[in-house]
Amino acid sequence: MGPSGTAGGRQSEGNASDAPAVRLSGVRKTYPGASQPALHDVSLDIRNNEFFTLLGPSGCGKTTLLRMIAGFETPDAGAVLLAGTSVVGVPPNRRPVNTVFQSYALFPHMTVAQNMAFALDMLGRPRDFIEARVAEMVRLLRLDGLEHRRPNQLSGGQQQRVALGRALAPAPQVLLLDEPLSALDLKLRKEMQVELKRLQSETGITFVFVTHDQEEALTMSDRVAVLSGGRLMQVDAPVAIYDRPASRFVAEFIGDANFLPATCVALHGTGTGFRIDGADTGSAPLQLADAGAFAPGAKVVLVVRPERVMLVPPGQAQLRGQVRGTMYSGSDRMLHCVLGNETPLRVRLPGAIDMATLGNDVDLAFAPEAVRVFAA
Amino acid sequence: MNGGAKRRDLALTAPAMAYLALFMIAPLLLMLYVSFLERAPFGGVQWGTFTAVAYEKLVVERDLLGQLAINTDYLSIFARSFRLAGITTLLTLLIGVPTALYMTTLSRRNAAIVLFLITVPFWTNLLVRNFAWILILRNGGSLDWVLQTVGLTRAPVDILYTPLATGIGLTYSFLPFMILPAYVALERIDRRLIEAAFDLGANRWQVLRRVVLPLALPGIVAGAVLVFVPCLGAYVSPELLGGGKSLMIGNLVQAQFGESRNWPFGAALALVLVLVLMLAMGLLLLLRRRSTVSTGAKASR
Repeated sequence: MGPSGTAGGRQSEGNASDAPAVRLSGVRKTYPGASQPALHDVSLDIRNNEFFTLLGPSGCGKTTLLRMIAGFETPDAGAVLLAGTSVVGVPPNRRPVNTVFQSYALFPHMTVAQNMAFALDMLGRPRDFIEARVAEMVRLLRLDGLEHRRPNQLSGGQQQRVALGRALAPAPQVLLLDEPLSALDLKLRKEMQVELKRLQSETGITFVFVTHDQEEALTMSDRVAVLSGGRLMQVDAPVAIYDRPASRFVAEFIGDANFLPATCVALHGTGTGFRIDGADTGSAPLQLADAGAFAPGAKVVLVVRPERVMLVPPGQAQLRGQVRGTMYSGSDRMLHCVLGNETPLRVRLPGAIDMATLGNDVDLAFAPEAVRVFAA
Repeated sequence: MNGGAKRRDLALTAPAMAYLALFMIAPLLLMLYVSFLERAPFGGVQWGTFTAVAYEKLVVERDLLGQLAINTDYLSIFARSFRLAGITTLLTLLIGVPTALYMTTLSRRNAAIVLFLITVPFWTNLLVRNFAWILILRNGGSLDWVLQTVGLTRAPVDILYTPLATGIGLTYSFLPFMILPAYVALERIDRRLIEAAFDLGANRWQVLRRVVLPLALPGIVAGAVLVFVPCLGAYVSPELLGGGKSLMIGNLVQAQFGESRNWPFGAALALVLVLVLMLAMGLLLLLRRRSTVSTGAKASR
């Protein structure tokens, strides 16, 4: 699973330090009394100035990882480095890292301005410096006029922005965000996604963002780390994660995917051939250049995204599907088909397509580059 | 609120109101009435003869020639009581708040055990517990024995029947009233706020001072009130441990209804105490309201 992701990701060019903002090497953690480790041997570099996302289902270890960077958890083994310096044993209050908590954790007895001044106060900055910085944060987060409110006098979205301002005020090297958008409604969440991207590029601070929402991860991140069961499954740019998932888990977890059982066949020429089970169209086997080493006869699973499956004239069909139902969602229409052996296959078509032109049986094909092959 | 809801609210609060009227307001009014009556020679009062002599007696006295002179004896008893109650409150704060803080660090089970241990003394009568302190503090008592065995002192320490003994007894008696509300307030603080404070660079002391204590303040104030108010009127500890030598308001009031047979003066003393406390509470409430109003005003700016 080499972290080869360069496509689409903004790199850290122009940053003075060569050391990654965060480096985890061989980090392990088992909570007392737990049967499974929370983290298995996780090694990961988070680059300077990067919007990095830890993505995974709940209980995958992403929050443990975040708390380890913040200093609230100690690894059983392995090292945590910030800008090249080991911080194992350094308490949270002495790490140049701040967190935006899922619950915001705003101090209820302090005003917005006092909340945002807290970290600067702890650093012992002079009063006028603090005032200027708080004013800057108020402007940056568009909280004008709310400086003297208490958190309980603010809406959820405003509280969220105060939490961001409070964590950004001391200009940390790394900002950790623990599912900060999960409490907001959809519309506000979309707004905050844009807002977070803006903040990250305006401040130039490395953001480490934890979420279980794959769409959020794909939209916002420069790179994404997919975690499952305390293991790193893949670290890559969103495009690579989506188009070239490194494992069946990643393909299944990120976006929609069809899983087509297939058999490897002997092929004359280059590449590897596969015949999809139940694809009784009599067409030539699918020929893939970089499928990996599979012996003829090996059982595999082909992964194809629904939007990469195309309607084709009968002569070019690789597959023939029988339409079992369709789901219309405005922008597109999902065709639920089955192959000859009842293998389900979903096809995403534009929403505007005229259903009358489709028969009960559809002829389908996909480009070789749209396919990933995994052992069955 | 419409008329129906108002009537229903009234009906629902009626039992509590009736209880308060019967057991709080009626006795207070009776006391007020008695305090303005003339004393009867052998206790009790002469009903129907009104005089303010009981209140006069608080600050002035008539000497043998019938001249009025300022008398600070009773005022100094008030002052002494306030001082003792204040010191006791301070001591319970100094012992109780750290104890409550420590309890929040315990596991749920251990905290329950400590809570139980704190309430155990309530199972025994206050009088008995104060007698136990006599056995500890008296010359040749447990304290002397321990100090002399360890070698810290040779002679008896002479603590019993001093204000110090009264202070020890009061602090001991009222400590749970400080610990319990402080613990409840501290326990209720969201742990994530403490984590956030650490995350933002605060050390332990700063977390305590800037986040934990301000958030627990209402509980701590409640504890202080619960200690201070009954301490002012405390009777048992000053009598048993202080030896009744330095009078407190409680003992003074008791004496008026007992050996001094001056019911109007006793009633007047008790009423003045209630009045002073009510004034203090009202001031506290006003201060708190003003602080919330001012933040509200700023917010609407």
